[in-house]
Amino acid sequence: MPVGAQWAAAATGADLGAARTQMGLSLGWHIVLACLGVGMPAITLIAEWRGHRTGDAAYRLLARRWARAMGVLFAVGAVSGTILSFEMGLLWPGFMGAYGQVIGLPFSLEGIAFFIEAIFLGLYLYAWDRLPPRRHLLAGLPIVAAGVASAFFVVTANAWMQRPVGFDTEDGRVVAVRPWEAMFNPAMPSQTVHMILAAFMVAGFGMASVYAVAMLRGRRDRYHRLGFLLPFTVAALITPAQIAVGDWSAHFVADDQPVKLAAMEGLYETGRGVPLHIGGIAVDGELRYAAEIPDGLSLLAHWDPDAEIAGLDGVPGADRPPVNVVHLAFQAMVGLGFAMLALAAWFALCWWRRRDLPRTPWFLRAASLSGVAAVAALEAGWVVTEVGRQPWIVYGVLRTADAVNPAPGLVWGFALVAAVYAVLTVASVYVLRRMARDKPVPIAPQEHDVTGFTVV
Amino acid sequence: MLPEIMLAVLWAGLSAYVLFGGADFGGGVWDLLAGGAERGWPQRALVEHSIGPVWETNHVWLIFVLVITWTGLPGVFAAVASTLYVPLTLAALGIIARGAAFAFRKVATGPRQRRLFGATFAFSSLVTPFFLGTVAGAVASRRVPPGVARGDLVTSWANPTSLVSGALAVGTAAYLAAVFLTRDAERAGDTALAEGFRRRGLAAGAAVGALSAAGLLVLRADAPGLFDELTSGRALPLLVLSITAGLASLALLWRRSYVAVRATAALAVVGLLWGWGVGQYPHLLPGVDLDDAAATHAVLAASLGSLAVGAALLLPSLWWLYSTFQRD
Repeated sequence: MPVGAQWAAAATGADLGAARTQMGLSLGWHIVLACLGVGMPAITLIAEWRGHRTGDAAYRLLARRWARAMGVLFAVGAVSGTILSFEMGLLWPGFMGAYGQVIGLPFSLEGIAFFIEAIFLGLYLYAWDRLPPRRHLLAGLPIVAAGVASAFFVVTANAWMQRPVGFDTEDGRVVAVRPWEAMFNPAMPSQTVHMILAAFMVAGFGMASVYAVAMLRGRRDRYHRLGFLLPFTVAALITPAQIAVGDWSAHFVADDQPVKLAAMEGLYETGRGVPLHIGGIAVDGELRYAAEIPDGLSLLAHWDPDAEIAGLDGVPGADRPPVNVVHLAFQAMVGLGFAMLALAAWFALCWWRRRDLPRTPWFLRAASLSGVAAVAALEAGWVVTEVGRQPWIVYGVLRTADAVNPAPGLVWGFALVAAVYAVLTVASVYVLRRMARDKPVPIAPQEHDVTGFTVV
Repeated sequence: MLPEIMLAVLWAGLSAYVLFGGADFGGGVWDLLAGGAERGWPQRALVEHSIGPVWETNHVWLIFVLVITWTGLPGVFAAVASTLYVPLTLAALGIIARGAAFAFRKVATGPRQRRLFGATFAFSSLVTPFFLGTVAGAVASRRVPPGVARGDLVTSWANPTSLVSGALAVGTAAYLAAVFLTRDAERAGDTALAEGFRRRGLAAGAAVGALSAAGLLVLRADAPGLFDELTSGRALPLLVLSITAGLASLALLWRRSYVAVRATAALAVVGLLWGWGVGQYPHLLPGVDLDDAAATHAVLAASLGSLAVGAALLLPSLWWLYSTFQRD
């Protein structure tokens, strides 16, 4: 399969735009479900374990309810993930034909992990009344391990797209693939850790915010209090670590993808002692209305206030990502990250002093927004990673425009997919809201023969 | 040798998907045909009860097949996906609608929502295997040229072989599900339901047999190379195995040997699938043989090695899953 792009001439700009939007939509949708799929099982298992240890009925009921929601979310996540593996070929055959084998290994491993996850999830959800409590708890552990492993493997493949190594090309053909080297590429460590921590933040803040809303409405019993405290504590503990890992990730980008860093910062001119920009918008080749911290970027990126930072002027216009999208997404991610850190600190301070939540209702108001904030930060981060890589699908090696399917009609496919996702979104939200209001929880919710049974 | 092992692994994964995923889709087909809410309730309840714990696992086989294809045969994956963009998109949407609707129906409480989600689940269970079947027919009748999007976007999958393959995929799914559900109903002690699925299994089995015979005639006109291999070449033993197992299944179903018929029904389907594979080997696409298409040695070795290690984890887990829910 030639690496070049002699066929891509047929794809119109509209088709490329449709393909990119479709991939963005499917990925942006799936990534939220995937994060919940990684984070929720661990938090649910902690609740189940506490329930066994303490005999506290509230913990057991929480575990039961979370497991039930997990079943729905996992199903939607599994199918939306399957669509992605179709779309890899449907939309980007030029990429998969040439490099499918280079990134095949992590996907094979991810397949195994996902298999394990599905098997043990089936056991965990459906065998609640068939397995003794301890064994049931143990059956949940592989779900957590496999979920984290899945995220790791998938993100290694994405990291490879940022930092393609482990293959040689000869006359336009990929030869001498070194699959392990490709998988353990230099972008892998920071990117995988950043993503896995993000998953726990999304799950933790997301679950906690449901109970924060309920507590604001006056339901302050032990069940709602624990439902808030457990996931919120997990997320609050992870947030500072995530800020540190984000810094590590940014250093990698600074060293390895200078054009992406320049777009993130809206930096057009190469220079020394570059200030850090906060806010602002790029107009006509310059960043306007931004607050500046002198020498800040040089200091942050290279620990040296006088370090040189490459600007967008280093590459021709055709090789630059869309600056405003990347810049604003980056600002949003960092801003939201620090807002969540402040919330976590507020909580930690009150807990340390009085073993209790902050007393003002503003805390619960902020906490009830933390789930949305975590998801927004996740999406913004993903936009930075992926849009910042443009116009390359494989950084510096293959352009997105040369990878797209040249078949006509991608626009129609996109319209159809968008419609299905719209319906899916509405249905998912509707079902989850209904579930949250269901009063009795059936013991094995899917087995109609025990529907009458009320837990605790 | 590695490319052959990889192709065999791919075909084994495809077989597992056709058997397990197929029975799943078939459950949806019977759900669709179960009749009004009142009359169809026992059937739908059995379908939901039987496939609930396992459908996600069954579905993973498809992801496995896709990943193995792009890892082991990247050029073939690109050619098939880009030319067969239309049926694959429709199958993908069917998969979304089916999985989501099934999960939603399980937790939905009101009768209106249950009916809406149920209808979505059942209808997409019919559509999805049909389009996946047309993809198989397109490859079997050599309508997918190598390269990106080189084949005709419509006739590559809307042609006699593809349409028969699509119908056969739906019929096979319905047949496997009927065979599987008969035993499940019997185990649950519901004789009337078991009898119902026995009748459906016999009808579906006869229909699939007739459809396969018709398919051979279509193949003779549309894909003579594959037809010759199936009827007089290397693939003949597998075709004979499939026919024999199919006939034996009908007899076993008639005699109410519901456990034994699971094995023969599976054998009949797998025989057909491997017959196609052996009949077409080593040609994958027109002008592309296995050796031209296979990934480099290092990739195959790493992937197969990982899969072997993975299998050591997977097989006991799968066993635990299926045995837990086949026991009362």
